[in-house]
Amino acid sequence: MAGLEDLYREIILDHYRSPRNRGELPVPPAHKVEGFNPLCGDEVVLYLDVDPETDTVHDVKIAGQGCSISQASTSMMSAAVKGKPLSEVRQLIRAFKALMSIHESKLEGDGDDGSDLAAELAGVRLGDLEALQGVVKFPVRIKCATLAWNTLQQALDETAQTQA
Amino acid sequence: MSALDVATIKRDFPILKREVNGRRLVYLDSASSAQKPLVVLDAMDDAYRNHYANIHRGVYTIAEEATAAFEDARRKVARFINAPRTDEIVFTRNATESINLVAYSWARANLHAGDAIVLSHMEHHANVVPWQILAAERGVELRWIPMTPDFRLDLTNLDALLDGARLLAISAMSNVLGTINDIRPLADAAHAHGALVLVDACQFVPHVATDVQQWDADFIAFSSHKILGPTGIGALWARLELLEAMPPFLGGGEMIRDVRLDGFTTNDVPWKFEAGTPAIVEAVGFGAAIDYISALGMDAVRAHELLVTRYALDSLRDRFGDSLTIYGPTDVDRRGGAVSFLFDGIHAHDISQVLDEDAVCVRAGHHCAKPLMRQLGVPATTRASFYVYNDEADVDALMEALAKAQKFFAV
Ligand SMILES: Cc1ncc(COP(=O)(O)O)c(C=O)c1O
Repeated sequence: MAGLEDLYREIILDHYRSPRNRGELPVPPAHKVEGFNPLCGDEVVLYLDVDPETDTVHDVKIAGQGCSISQASTSMMSAAVKGKPLSEVRQLIRAFKALMSIHESKLEGDGDDGSDLAAELAGVRLGDLEALQGVVKFPVRIKCATLAWNTLQQALDETAQTQA
Repeated sequence: MSALDVATIKRDFPILKREVNGRRLVYLDSASSAQKPLVVLDAMDDAYRNHYANIHRGVYTIAEEATAAFEDARRKVARFINAPRTDEIVFTRNATESINLVAYSWARANLHAGDAIVLSHMEHHANVVPWQILAAERGVELRWIPMTPDFRLDLTNLDALLDGARLLAISAMSNVLGTINDIRPLADAAHAHGALVLVDACQFVPHVATDVQQWDADFIAFSSHKILGPTGIGALWARLELLEAMPPFLGGGEMIRDVRLDGFTTNDVPWKFEAGTPAIVEAVGFGAAIDYISALGMDAVRAHELLVTRYALDSLRDRFGDSLTIYGPTDVDRRGGAVSFLFDGIHAHDISQVLDEDAVCVRAGHHCAKPLMRQLGVPATTRASFYVYNDEADVDALMEALAKAQKFFAV
């Protein structure tokens, strides 16, 4: 039986109580995306400023409201991607979803891709984010943890479109 | 002293014997769906084992028994809400389908662009979205009765809202606030303006003696699963003249009298609205649930819930004071047993998660009432709701678990 301490690790409560990178960025140059979890009303607002010269996350700010898991995950995500090249950010998204037991490539029925993904992700360092692993034992809360990352994905896609 | 012998009642519910995380189950989510007494489970088991066949078709013994049991359930439902006639009860899947039946059948036959429907800010999505779909399709106007700061309908402009309206569709008891809306004066006002009245009685019927004739409503919707009965069945009550004039909702078997290549004629009311094989055994369970709660007595049920709700409101206030905000009337005589609150800045999901450790089941979220949550200015609340099997000890368990959550998330 999974206990509360599996879900609410100290580092998660710390990010929940003192979220990192809270605030806003001027739009543009930053890109603003809002993510909602319609089931529970969790809301994530993400300001992502990508430097087109270096293709790195120049700055990131977050706002919104929701449960401890969604807000801690958002805070941890912001800390993890700040200053990172976009290629690394994309890998991080995939690695995080894999941590949440979400294997999108497998859903597409591409047999080989699963092992490629494993190889690719073997090198990704999740650091503090691994504290969110306990969420997998509480299936209804997975959506809370992934909200920030889906919002980040959307911000990356939209940024790529505007820059293309 | 409670009007109910809760210790005995608890023993009637098999699920209340189980443990979660090594703790006695404390079920405080009956506003979402109620637990089932053994008599309901046994009645359904017996129906499947001994009397099961399709209804209204076979000429053999067990088919006749199944038909009789199904129609007997309809009589029980009719009597339970003091309907003048048994054939005014249409079996549906749930309250949601009952409301949709009215929206698709009566409203599409009778409402036109420019007609208005009056709703309120405290409606469940089931009594909002069917009308929004109709509004988008037909250009029908939706008007909203607002809420007072003490969580009641603000009837200041009721006459203006009802002016030119064709339907007032209103909840008798809010599933979030617990607010009981006094239906009779609303129905009188609506009728004075030539509007019909649909009552979403999904939360009311399980908890308070219901008399559709006293309400003088035109349509009433409710679900079996909130009245200790099975899922998959609900009821629409409507006045016979209305049902007779309404076009069918779904087409198929059972709802027809005759079918030719060039058309069909409809069956009598209520079967006209019951296309296809219905939830036969669920109807039997629904009837058994009504027998069970009727034997307790609806006045005793209400008296008991007043007692537990008052105890819960007092306990919450005494123990947690300003760190807790209750969304709903404080006057227990005009509210039901659904208590929604915001607690110490802790998100409802986190509270509910910590409470689950102690096997305390509460609801967290927007309770299918997002327009209301927007009015309240909160994304989610925690809701504890009480029924016949809950007592003060259950409220005490909630208090202890909340104290634990407060400690856990303390800044
Ligand atoms: C006030 C109210 N109306 C309608 C419904 C819908 O009931 P059902 O889901 O059984 O159709 C509910 C259920 O939560 C309710 O509380």
